[in-house]
Amino acid sequence: MHLLQPASLASRLTRMNVLVSATALFLACAAFVAFDVITFRQSIVRNLSVQAQVLGSTSVASLVFNDRDSAQKTLAALHAAPDVVSACLYSADGRPFVEYHRDVPRGLPPVARLQPGEQEAYWFGHGDVMLLDPIVFQSEPIGYIYIESSLDALWARVRLYLFISAGVLLGALVAALAVSLSFRKVTLQPIHALAEVARAISQDRNYAVRAPAGGVPLELGDLVGAFNGMLVQIEQRDRELRDARDELEHRVELRTAELAAANKELESFSYSVSHDLRAPLRSIDGFSLALLQDYGDSLGADARDYFGRIRAATRRMGLLIDDLLNLARVTRCEIRHERVNLTDIARAVEADLRKADSSRAVECHIQEGVEAEGDVHLLRVVLDNLLSNAWKYTSRHPSACIEFGQMNSNGDRIYYVKDDGAGFDPAYAGKLFGAFQRLHGASEFPGTGVGLATVHRILLRHGGRIWAESEVEKGATFYFTV
Amino acid sequence: MDDQVILLVEDNPDDEVLTLRALKKNQIMNEVVVARDGVEALDYLFCQGPHSARNPGEMPQVILLDLKLPKLDGFEVLRRIRSSPRTRLLPVVILTTSNEEQDRITGYGLGANSYVRKPVEFGEFVSAVKQLGLYWLLLNQNAPLPGRL
Repeated sequence: MHLLQPASLASRLTRMNVLVSATALFLACAAFVAFDVITFRQSIVRNLSVQAQVLGSTSVASLVFNDRDSAQKTLAALHAAPDVVSACLYSADGRPFVEYHRDVPRGLPPVARLQPGEQEAYWFGHGDVMLLDPIVFQSEPIGYIYIESSLDALWARVRLYLFISAGVLLGALVAALAVSLSFRKVTLQPIHALAEVARAISQDRNYAVRAPAGGVPLELGDLVGAFNGMLVQIEQRDRELRDARDELEHRVELRTAELAAANKELESFSYSVSHDLRAPLRSIDGFSLALLQDYGDSLGADARDYFGRIRAATRRMGLLIDDLLNLARVTRCEIRHERVNLTDIARAVEADLRKADSSRAVECHIQEGVEAEGDVHLLRVVLDNLLSNAWKYTSRHPSACIEFGQMNSNGDRIYYVKDDGAGFDPAYAGKLFGAFQRLHGASEFPGTGVGLATVHRILLRHGGRIWAESEVEKGATFYFTV
Repeated sequence: MDDQVILLVEDNPDDEVLTLRALKKNQIMNEVVVARDGVEALDYLFCQGPHSARNPGEMPQVILLDLKLPKLDGFEVLRRIRSSPRTRLLPVVILTTSNEEQDRITGYGLGANSYVRKPVEFGEFVSAVKQLGLYWLLLNQNAPLPGRL
C-alpha cells in the first residue's frame, strides 16, 4: 500500500488491533520482568545473608583463638558457591583477618559501612552485590564477615526473560493479526455491503434498492437506516420529477397538437383567402369592363369614371390579398439555413428594377462579397422589398443614389440599405414595420403597407432585427441583422 | 379549328361567363362544353350519364380545369383523366385562382400540362386566354387519340 494513499478501514482496524495487543503484551511482560528481577535480587541477598551468618558462626572459634588457618579453610569452602567472587573475615578492630578471592584480589570495604547497632548492610555495585554482617559471640561483636557475589545469574535470568517475552510478544502479534484478519471480514461485511449498494445506485441510478439492515452492528445500523431513508426520499423525488416531466411532455404534446391544428386552420384559411376572395374581385372587374366595353357609349363621363374607380379599387384589393398571402406564407414556411451571397441577390434585384423602369437615373453602390446565413428565398424577399422601397421613394428626385453593404458594430454584422429619397418623419419610425401601416399616401407613393411587415417577420424568424433612420427629404437608411 | 371542342370545367357562373367572353374577345369560336363540377366533367369525358349518347371517338382539344369544384375536385378529375388510357394524353390546363405553391406542385405532379392563375384584372385575363387559345388550339399538336390509331 502506498503511504500517501488513504488506508482502507480494514487495514486500519488490523493495525489498531496489533498495536493494542503489542502494547498490552509489552506492558505485561515489562511488569512481570521488573517484579521478577526485584524478587530475584531479594532472594540473592537473602541467600547471601544466610551464607554470611553460617560463615560467621563457623568462624567464631577461629576469631576467638586467632586461628588464621582454620578461618582460611572456612572461607575456602565458598569455592563451592560459584557466584561468590570474594569474601573477608574482619577482626573486631576492623582489620581484615583472612580474605578469599575466587579469581583476582579485589578491593575490600571498610567495616564502618555498617552503622553502629545495624544487624546487616548490603549494597549493589557494577554487576555484583556486597553484604557485610557483624559476628557476635556472647552478645559481644568479635569481628565482621563480608561477601561479594556477582549478579551474573540475575542477568542470565533477565536475558532469558527478555528472550521468552520477545517470543511470546511475537507469537501474540501473529495470533492477533490472524484473529483480526479473520474477524475483520465479519466486522466490515455490512460496510462493504453498504458501499456496494451506494456504488450500484450511483452507476445504475436505481433508487429502489435498499442496503441490508439485518445483522449489522448498532452504529452501522443507524448509518444503514439513514442511508435507506435517504434513498426513500430520493426515490420519491425521482418519481415526482418523472411525473412532472411526463406531465410537461403531455402538455407539450397537447400544445403541439393544438399548434398543428391552428397551423392547419391558418393554411386552409389562407388557401380560402387565396381562392375565394379573389374570385368575386375578378367578377367585379370583369363585368365592370364588360359594361364599359359593351355600353360605354351610352354611359356618361361620370359613370365611366366610377367604373374606372371600381376597377382600380379591385386591382388594389387583389394586390393586398397577394401581399397578405405572402406575409402569411413567410410566417409558416420552413427556413433552410445556408450561406447566402447577398451581393448577388442585390445585383439581381437592381437589374429587375432597372428593367421595369429604365428611364430612372439611379446610381447603385452594392458592396462586394456581402454574405449571410439564412434562407435564400426569404432573404431575397427582404432585399427585394428594401431595394424596391429605396427605388420607389427616390422616384420623385431627378437622380438618386442607393447603397447596399455591411458594417461591423460590437462584433455584430449589420447590413444596410440606404437611399437619398423622400425619407420619413422619424417620429413615426415605430409604425414602419406593422402590416398595412404606411407613412405616405397611396397617391404619393403606391403600396399596400405589407412589404416592411413581411421583411420584419422574415428577419424575426431568422433571429435578426431591423430598424431605420431617416429625416424627411434626406433619405432613409434601413439597418438589419440576420 | 372550329371542330375542336374546349372542355371548360368551372363551377363559378361568373367565371364561366367571363371565360366565354374572353374566348369570344379573342375570336376563339370553338365549341365550349361547360362542366359545372368534377362528376359532370368525367361523365362528358367517359360518355356516361347524360353524355352516354356522345361519340366516344371525339375528345376535347384542351381541358381548362378549375381546382375548387363541387363533388370531385380538380385534382381528382385530373387523376381520373391520367389513369384512363383513353384520356391520359389529353392536354389539361389548370386554370385557377389559387397561387398556392402546394397546388402547383400537386397539379404538375398529377400530370397537368400547364398551370395558369386567373388574374383579377380582366384585361390580363383576356390576354391570358388569348395566349392559351393560340398555343393549345393552334400551335400545339396533340397526341393521336387511342381510338384513331
